[in-house]
Order: sequence, then C-alpha cells, then structure tokens
Amino acid sequence: MTSTTSRAPQQAPARRRRPFNTRRAGAWALLVLAIAVSVLPFLWVLRTALSTNSALAANSASLLPADFTFGAFMRVFGLQSPADAIAEGGSGATIDFWLYLKNSIIFSSITTAGAVFFSAMAAYAFARLRWRGRNAVFSLFLGTMLVPPIFTALPNFLLIKNLDLLNTMLGMVLPYVFMTPFAIFFLRQFFLNMSREVEEAAMLDGAKHLRIFFQIVLPNAAAPIATLALLTFIGQWNEYFWPLLVGSQDDVRVLQVGLGVFKSQAPQGSPDWSGLMAATLVSALPVLILFAAFGKKIVNSIGFSGIK
Amino acid sequence: MTTLAKPARSAPPQPGAPKPRGGYRRLGDLKIALFFIAPAMIGFIFFYVVPTIRGVYLSFTEYNILGDPTWVGMDNYTAIAKDPLFWNSLAVTGQYVLINIVLQTALALGLALLMHQVAKSTLIRGALLLPYLMSNVIAALLWFWMLDYQIGVVNQFIEWAGLPRVAFFGSEEWAIPTQAVINTWRHMGYTALLIFAGLQAIPGNIYEVAKLDGASAFQTFRKITIPLLRPVLVLVLVVTVIGSFQVFDTVAVTTQGGPVNATRVIQYYIYQRAFTESDFGYGSAIAVILFLILALVAFIQMKFLKGNESDLD
Repeated sequence: MTSTTSRAPQQAPARRRRPFNTRRAGAWALLVLAIAVSVLPFLWVLRTALSTNSALAANSASLLPADFTFGAFMRVFGLQSPADAIAEGGSGATIDFWLYLKNSIIFSSITTAGAVFFSAMAAYAFARLRWRGRNAVFSLFLGTMLVPPIFTALPNFLLIKNLDLLNTMLGMVLPYVFMTPFAIFFLRQFFLNMSREVEEAAMLDGAKHLRIFFQIVLPNAAAPIATLALLTFIGQWNEYFWPLLVGSQDDVRVLQVGLGVFKSQAPQGSPDWSGLMAATLVSALPVLILFAAFGKKIVNSIGFSGIK
Repeated sequence: MTTLAKPARSAPPQPGAPKPRGGYRRLGDLKIALFFIAPAMIGFIFFYVVPTIRGVYLSFTEYNILGDPTWVGMDNYTAIAKDPLFWNSLAVTGQYVLINIVLQTALALGLALLMHQVAKSTLIRGALLLPYLMSNVIAALLWFWMLDYQIGVVNQFIEWAGLPRVAFFGSEEWAIPTQAVINTWRHMGYTALLIFAGLQAIPGNIYEVAKLDGASAFQTFRKITIPLLRPVLVLVLVVTVIGSFQVFDTVAVTTQGGPVNATRVIQYYIYQRAFTESDFGYGSAIAVILFLILALVAFIQMKFLKGNESDLD
C-alpha cells in the first residue's frame, strides 16, 4: 500500500500513470448513475417545494424552482392565510404540522428510550447472567422477529381498544416501549464480548448487579447503544401502520400519518404538489439531520444489522 | 472461572463477602435475571405472545368489535378459499414480490461488486443508503409526484424521447410494477451494503490463487464469489421476500388498492377487511395464512439454499 511498493503496477497510487481503463471507467459511470438515482429525487422534491403550483405545470422539467417562493413551506407550517394558500394552489384548510411534528418527536423519543433501555437490561440478563432456561427464553424472544407485524397488529389494536387507549400517546407507545427483539439481539452481541475481569473485580468489591449494569456495562457499550438508538429512532420516526391504526385523530397524529392526510386534502382536481413536497421534506428533515451528523455510524452498522 | 475456594452450599452469605459460587450463585442469578428481564418480558408476553395466540383464536371467529367473538370453526378459511379477492391479492402480491426479488437482488449484487472493486468510500455508501432511511410514505409521495401523468418529470422525459406518456399509478398493468420499482429504489442501497459486507469477509488470497490458476473474471465470480457469498445472499433473499410480502404503506398512500383490484395486496386486503369492514375474524384468518406463507418461505429458503452453512472453512 505504501509508495515504496510501486514496483507492483496494480498497487501504484491512482494518479500515477494508471492507463485509461474502459472497464474501470464504465464501472464508475454505473456507480455514479446509481448515486444519481438515489439522491436526485430529493433535489427534485426541494425544487418542487420552492415553486408555485401554477408555475409547475408550465415548467415541468426545469431543474430550478419555477416562480421561486417559500409559500409552500409557510403553508405547511400554517403561516399562510387561507386566501394566499388557495391562490397558490393549496386547499385553504389548515393542517397543524407543528402538532404532528411534536407528536412524532414524542412518539419516537419515548419508544426509542424505552426500547433501548429495557432491551439493554434484558440483553444483560441474556449475556452476563447465568440462569436456567436462559437460552430457551432467548430463542423465544428471537422467534418473535419472525412474526409479521400485521399479524400481531390486529390483536394489539383490540388490546389497546379494550384498555380504552385508542388515540392516546400511551396506546401508540406501549407495543414498542418495553423492547424490540432486534435491540435485545443487537446489544447481547456486544455484551457477550465484554471482558469479565472488570466485572469480577467490581463484584469482589461487593458491587451489586445494578451498579455493574449502570456503571460498567452501559458506559462501556456507549457506542453500540448510541448506534442502536439512532437506528431505532429512525425506524420509529418512519413508522406508519401502527400510528395509522391507533393514532388517527389529530391530537396524537404523527407526521407520517399527517402526510397522507395532507395529500388527500387536494382542492378540486390537481393536488397541491409544492405544498405536499414541502411537507415531505419537513417530515424527512430530522432523519436527514441525523444522517448528516452520524452518517458514518449508520452506514457502518448496516453490515451488522443485516446479520439478524 | 476464578480460583476462589468453593464455600459450602449451605453457608449463609456474609454481607460484603465475595459472592459464593456454584448452586447458590445460580439461584441468585435467576432472581437478578428475572429483575433485569421483567420489562422486556412484559412487552414480550402482552404484545407478542398473547396477540399471536389471540390472532389465531380470532381467525376461527366472527367478530365485528362491538359484540363478543362467536366461534365459527373453519368458516373463515373455507370462505377465503372461495374468495376471488383473496386469490387476486395473493397473485398481485406474488407479482410484486417476484419483481422485487429479481430487480433488487440483481441491482444490489451489481452495486456491491462495483463498490468492492472500484470505490469503498463511506460517502458513496451513504448516498446509496439515503433512500432506505426515508419512510415508505415519503418514498411513495416523492415518486407519486415524479411519476404524475400530467406534469411529472418522468413522463416529461418519456414524451421528449418520443414515447407515449405512461399512467404509472392509474393503469392496471403498470400499477404493481411501479410500486415494486419504488420499493426497489428504497431498498437497493441497503441490500447492496449487506452484500458488500459479505464480499469484504471473503479473504483476498482466495482470489490470488484463482488468478494464478488462470481463472477468468467470470469463472472467479461464479466459482468463488457466489458460493462464498451464499449465506449473505440467502439472508438478502429472505429479508427481501418477507419484507415485500408485507407491502402496505406505499399502496395505502398512492393507489389504495386500485385501479380496480390491481394493487390490493394481501396486507391491504387484511386492513380493509378488518378495519374498513369491521370483519376482524376474516382479517385475522388472512393474517394467519400470510404468517404461514412467510414461515414456509423462510423455511424453504434456509433448507434448500443451506443458508446456515458457509463454504468459508
């Protein structure tokens, strides 16, 4: 890899007289195409969100915003008067995006915090404690990863309804907050690989398991726990089916469900495309910010997360 | 484990003294384990185990939420067997799954090879992963706009190319392939990263030996890469099939089962029967069938592709 080994031609640094290689150029072209297909739609959404609906129809393919305006974003945040909204192709009905945003943040934060913490506790029991039936119980927990969500969703909906918790945040949060099978599996892997020595030393000092868990295991596993929290939060932020069933009323509605409502509130005929795309961007914003901040962490965790 | 002398089993624990080993400790750990596992156990029992049993029970009942469920035996299942809408949903879902497997696996494998051989940069991997981090709802709305018949940019290009515009969501023959391509767009990068991780686990010296033996690139790919990648490929297939069998969000946001029944996939049909028509027994019975199909698919794939064994030894 170092420059001293440049005798071997295939190991020479790229900028030094690598002969033009058609296969390599073709490979790069394909890669760039794939990246373009992945990323360009988001620029197109931004461009649409900054256009007015009337101008969109006339300029349906120019890359720049047609008739530049922040109107669509103002409409999303309820800052535009109904008259202006209708003039720009909106429905004139107000949608409380701030409320949906708040609901999404509450829903995702509570479920993430609960699931990660309680799963960490369970993972500790599965990885660091010795008890009869441990492997059997762990297999049972893992088995739940195979049950399709739709299958448990119907009875869970009935349970939440019987508890009179429909359209409450508690009802939306309950099925996720105690654990996710994936989180337990994920953390158990890390806890298994921790050295026992620190733990034994602490134990000889008379430390109880609770202290070992809080003061040794959790701090030592801070990195995987952060990654798991990140993945869980993004997953919860994107959740649609369960919030649609349980939280369809305004006061607990999350952004993903709100987006669907925003779409159906079209004035006669054509939808409010620029408003819809602005709303889409706003809904994606937290994930985009997390991705900008922790992109490397997320990308590097994918290889692991697949090995379920 | 440690060199501590084993105290007698009956010795009472002394406060502050090192924990005794052996039987006593195991018993102690069980209590502590129960404490640590309690919250997860509550979630596991109330939101996984009980619902699973209740779901199976409901599938043998007629239940509209208002009254009590009435036991009807196999009635729901015999009705499903004669229900053309169910068979249609199965066919439509099958079509969706098939397009996804072929397109997604082929594209992801290609992308993974490109990344492995041309550029391993995190930035490129991140760019490809971006669609996967978006929700299904966002992916659906974004493409719903870009594929719009009147002013969608894709149809604009199609017209420039001198071809007739396509009603991507509005025509029966295009609706499902369109949904499948949207899903492929969202998952392609993620799947590629899984395969990429598998590629990186293959030791490089195997390739050097193959090169010395004069193997062509294609031979190396077919005889070395694919067999060694098999566990990852099986995983990818299982994840893709199981995931795409449960398509719901994109359909709910865009076509809602239409045009006619072209996109009424199984999960959307369950949703309609249970929630729109308040027929929880019937919905649960279809959910049981979906569950069985998924279990069978996973079992067959694991068995026939020998997913648990790797040739890497």
